[in-house]
Amino acid sequence: MKMNGARMMLECLKKEGIDTIFGYPGGTVINLYDALFDCKEIHHILPRHEQAGTHAADGYARATGKVGVVIATSGPGATNTVTGIATAYMDSIPMVIITGQVPTPLIGNDAFQEVDIIGITRPCTKHSFLIRDVKDIAVTMKKAFYIARSGRPGPVLVDFPKDVQMAQGEFHYPETVEIRAYKPNLSGHPRQVEKAVAMILDSRRPVMYVGGGAVLSDAAEPLTTLARKLSLPVTTTLMGLGSFPESDELSLGMLGMHGAYCANMAMSHSDLIIAVGARFDDRVTGKLSTFAPHAKIIHIDVDPTSIKKNVRVDLPIVGDVKDVLLKMIKQADKHKEKLTEFVAALTPWLADISAWKDKHPIGYKQSSTVIKPQFVIQKLRELSDEDAIISTDVGQHQMWTAQFFQFNKPRTLLTSGGLGTMGYGLPAAMGAQAAFPKRQIISICGDGGVQMNIQEMATLVQNRLPVKIVILNNNFLGMVRQWQELFFDKRYSSTCMELPINYIKLADAYGAKGFLATKPGDVESVIKQGFSEKGPVIMEFMIAREEKVLPMVPAGASLNEMVLNA
Amino acid sequence: MQHTISVIVENDFGVLSRVATLFSGRGFNIDSLSVAPTNEEGLSRMTIVTRGDDQILEQINKQLNKLIDVLKVLDFSDGSAIERELALIKVAAEDDARAEVLRVVDIFRAKIIDVTPKSYTIEATGNPLKIDGILELLRPLGLKEVVRTGAVAIGRGAKGWNG
Ligand SMILES: Cc1ncc(C[n+]2csc(CCOP(=O)(O)OP(=O)(O)O)c2C)c(N)n1
Ligand SMILES: [Mg+2]
Repeated sequence: MKMNGARMMLECLKKEGIDTIFGYPGGTVINLYDALFDCKEIHHILPRHEQAGTHAADGYARATGKVGVVIATSGPGATNTVTGIATAYMDSIPMVIITGQVPTPLIGNDAFQEVDIIGITRPCTKHSFLIRDVKDIAVTMKKAFYIARSGRPGPVLVDFPKDVQMAQGEFHYPETVEIRAYKPNLSGHPRQVEKAVAMILDSRRPVMYVGGGAVLSDAAEPLTTLARKLSLPVTTTLMGLGSFPESDELSLGMLGMHGAYCANMAMSHSDLIIAVGARFDDRVTGKLSTFAPHAKIIHIDVDPTSIKKNVRVDLPIVGDVKDVLLKMIKQADKHKEKLTEFVAALTPWLADISAWKDKHPIGYKQSSTVIKPQFVIQKLRELSDEDAIISTDVGQHQMWTAQFFQFNKPRTLLTSGGLGTMGYGLPAAMGAQAAFPKRQIISICGDGGVQMNIQEMATLVQNRLPVKIVILNNNFLGMVRQWQELFFDKRYSSTCMELPINYIKLADAYGAKGFLATKPGDVESVIKQGFSEKGPVIMEFMIAREEKVLPMVPAGASLNEMVLNA
Repeated sequence: MQHTISVIVENDFGVLSRVATLFSGRGFNIDSLSVAPTNEEGLSRMTIVTRGDDQILEQINKQLNKLIDVLKVLDFSDGSAIERELALIKVAAEDDARAEVLRVVDIFRAKIIDVTPKSYTIEATGNPLKIDGILELLRPLGLKEVVRTGAVAIGRGAKGWNG
């Protein structure tokens, strides 16, 4: 069928099964928007800022496992997406970013609203394309989606010049895609799997260390099966939360800088670490030279560059995490007798772990006069739906959420781990709500970060996206203040927000509802009121201003040198 | 330690900058880089001379392989390649020095490709170490300008990119 390039782009999205996109119009995408005007199959949501639109597409992708799509115009529209792209790149989130570009004959001439967005985003995209000819649209989009979602997922940018959108052509969407230089290895090598199971059965102090890769490959089920079958204790990174139920006896919670004492101790005393879709980030390992000194390491990852990047590895297994775990379960089943012996031999190790759990559980001192943020998080868990999706912004509230909101299901925590992007939480929740209109979506934010994309209140109200926004208000850039308290003599340079904002009036101004809690007794009723509202809501909690996130491994210290109470 | 690697890439828009971005963004060194199309349609070959310990080299290999446009990375660190480089060298040559330049050129089996009363221009090819050698001998005579291509490398015997 003959059509113009703009229409063709939408046909490609439909072929990829995309029904919801985010985007902001402008001169070089006006043709695309004109085509959207007639397109009933694709629901387009207009955010109030391209950065927010990009985070929304990211939140949509994290919550669903599908590819998120965002459109921006050339120049400033495109540059506004960069933080969102980098955020997705660091956490390996599948996304396609379509940017308008000036007409091909003008490229390179410093035309109005021209930027080299492919150049700007090269270090933070998995790949990018410039479409120069209407004939290339279909095959390029097929490749873009395939690259974004396969192997280690990531954002792919497609730069789409205006004249190509206007050109007429014949539309054929390819059935298959073949990129000769891109063949991710998904299938774990059987010999390596055999060796891995043998190493586990030989170990006496094993720990599974699970990262975001387990969530991305939808491996929660085989992970849980394998861990329970072999009685393997499981600790997760921030990105891995939800891949293994924290309610399980074998769960050690999160490890690393603000991780659980028992998790960090288990890593430090382990004789075998089974890393699953994790990348030994510095926030997790602490000081590298003293990291897991007694452990052999098995590293399962789809991306070979993650393996041996930061730590030595005794057994690498390149492959999709889910595939490898399923194979490991099969392999373990071949050793029924040894298995029972092995599990019995773990008793002293599991006892050590349970002693560490009891010695320093994650906790806080309750107060009868001021609201403790941890208490709010616990109440949120208690009062929210079982399958609620939580997004966070970045800072202390993020860590309290990770520590105190028990995550039992994959894809229920949306948080910027790798880049640590303030301003992520609210728009990411918006994306998740667009994907799941009926589910409870809660965005837990700080008073600093929430203001970085607060304009999206308008998008929520306009599109009837009933996100429940929780603001833990300490009137501080709390996480930075904490570092200043601990490491800079309490010199609070530019971390006090000073001007208090009336968030209740602000909610009202956008046509949403706001509720305020100032004392511990208000917490439960405010949460209940907020949750019972049909529309978007701000729930503001005035929390203990100088509460700290603890325990903590100071930057550069070893994992077993945790500050437990400072 | 210096390493020579060959990278077979799709001849696509922007592939050179992808490789360059990777090296600069991750703090890898490039001592020399040469690129040209291969005998196979749509493919180019880069020869990169880089430095680093084994762990860095492993990361460079893996990171290059991860680029969507990279078809194959050949690591010649084990000395399994023949390396050649071409240099164009303009050297001052007056009076007695003229004969000395000719002697050096002869020893290194280089060629004079341009002559003026005050200078010779020399074309030298060979292993990069040989180029270093001729430059060392010519330097005291007054090097005016040196252009080197950087090394290109090909595997010995059966070691090739599609062999
Ligand atoms: C875009 C961006 N700018 C700066 C930072 C550095 N930073 C990390 S946490 C933080 C404080 C966040 O304050 P707030 O949103 O109030 O959350 P709190 O820590 O108080 O819970 C800052 C400034 C960041 N992560 N992202
Ligand atoms: Mg704050």
